[in-house]
Amino acid sequence: MARKLMKGNEAVAEAAIQAGCRYFFGYPITPQNEIPEYMARRLPEVGGCFLQAESEISAINMVYGASGAGARVMTSSSSPGISLKQEGISYIAGAELPCVIVNMVRGGPGLGGIQPGQSDYFQATKGGGHGDYRIVVLAPASIQEAVDMVMEGFDIADQYRIPVLLLGDGMIGQMMEPVEFNPPPKRDLPPKTWASTGWSDKRRPRAVINSLYIDPNELEAMNLKLQGKYKTIAENETRVEEYLLDDAQYIIAAYGTISRIVRSALASARSEGIRAGLIRPKTLWPFPSAAFENAAAREGVEAFLTVEMSSGQMHEDVRLGVNGKKPVHFLGRMGGNVPSPESVVEKLREMKEGK
Amino acid sequence: MEKVFKKTSMLTDKIFHYCPGCTHGIIHRLVAEALEELGVGDRAIGVAPVGCAVFAYEYFNCDMHEAAHGRAPAVATGIKRVHPDAVVFTYQGDGDLAAIGMAEIVHAAARGEKITTIFVNNAIYGMTGGQMAPTTLVGQKTTTAPDGRLASHCGYPVRVSELLATLDGAAYIERVSMHDVANVMRAKKAIKKAFECQIERRGFALVEVLSSCPTNWGLSPKEALEYLRDAMVPCYPLGVKKEV
Repeated sequence: MARKLMKGNEAVAEAAIQAGCRYFFGYPITPQNEIPEYMARRLPEVGGCFLQAESEISAINMVYGASGAGARVMTSSSSPGISLKQEGISYIAGAELPCVIVNMVRGGPGLGGIQPGQSDYFQATKGGGHGDYRIVVLAPASIQEAVDMVMEGFDIADQYRIPVLLLGDGMIGQMMEPVEFNPPPKRDLPPKTWASTGWSDKRRPRAVINSLYIDPNELEAMNLKLQGKYKTIAENETRVEEYLLDDAQYIIAAYGTISRIVRSALASARSEGIRAGLIRPKTLWPFPSAAFENAAAREGVEAFLTVEMSSGQMHEDVRLGVNGKKPVHFLGRMGGNVPSPESVVEKLREMKEGK
Repeated sequence: MEKVFKKTSMLTDKIFHYCPGCTHGIIHRLVAEALEELGVGDRAIGVAPVGCAVFAYEYFNCDMHEAAHGRAPAVATGIKRVHPDAVVFTYQGDGDLAAIGMAEIVHAAARGEKITTIFVNNAIYGMTGGQMAPTTLVGQKTTTAPDGRLASHCGYPVRVSELLATLDGAAYIERVSMHDVANVMRAKKAIKKAFECQIERRGFALVEVLSSCPTNWGLSPKEALEYLRDAMVPCYPLGVKKEV
């Protein structure tokens, strides 16, 4: 298929349609409005249904209904709207339903701003809503990667019956890059025999989409089942990119938009003799801890540096991975500001000089 | 011997957990009988609320979803958009629908969502132990209005049926009561009509069923039905509020 220049939000929407998503429920919020707008135009052309909900709360509950009814379904929002969806995400996780959720993150807290941020990492990876649950969190660094992740995200969601979150940001949503739409590697997906479709086929059990278990032993058993599933996902679906690690003395950890800036900084740093490399988590949950464990054990590695558009959220997971074996420094900007390549190089210089 | 009565096939054999004298059991039966008589049981998909009817998914013998508190109309919307030929219904109480779920029910009605809502109004939060609801009568005692609902402090009962009847998307809205047999029979007719409204794709349909809560009202089942007739019905006038 020919490459096409597309805005991130529109490319994400088209990727969902190409992946077979036929239902979208959303609510307007900047900087992701092009997703529902694109869906409103495109879904009727492919026999699907776009519906603008009265709130993010309603939108995610429409997703719960549509997913339980067996459909491929998506919703999108940005930070304050994603906070509102957390109740529904917990129910979807508890009822083991598949769906794809997009968060084009903006700076917070509260109403925050509309510039790109990475300040929703904790919310995305550490629960967000109530209860012992996880969702798969994919972090694209380009529009092409966002497209690929959305398309594969629907398969991951269906394979494991789990919500998949695409954690982009205002930059990923708003910038334009050339993309092509290629189907992901084929997976053997189980039929949705659990879906509520009307109980005309009495050979299957009556469908009950539910997360309520009054008996503590039943609820614990259900939780143990979830934890088992999460372990399998961690084994099968963890994704990470390693770049220029072979001779690296300094290893930068960065994901999404800021990893692009770090990549430019690496070239400058190396031109002045600072041998630095990059570990870029592509899945934030499951987090590629092993990549950091292994890198920390490498000879010649002096220290790590986490660079984020936040106060240091992924930084905590990087430190857990490195596990005290090497120092882990931090550089971040907040409020919708983006660390510059120069500031990254400057930080590396300081680290080299032992400041 | 000729069998003159049998339990509807649209209820499972699970024994209801409802309190003695509660009318949820009767309302469940009316809904189930309506689905059976209309011959739509195998394409019915129900949505249970949070509240006393939280276990409705164990009682209705069709595919069911359990929704978060107040969100049943949004969940039903998602289901109905995926399966337009299914007969989708929500079964909700007054705390669920008229407090936390007010936005969801109003917008489902405004969209003319082709679903049927059974709204059971007993003027109190039952499951959580008798707290004040938006539908609690002025002066009525609850655990969170121990001296009775004081209008100057926490306002007035919400009349959901009248409110929804103002919306163009609402095709059929009726309020009925459970206080005697004649009214139970009227309720059955209303519930059946509300499902027919959906099957004929006329728009959103809701039946508000005034119901008793002997446990949390602190009354015997018989006294509770009298309170329902003498106190609730005057505040919540019965009848068809909208039919198109």
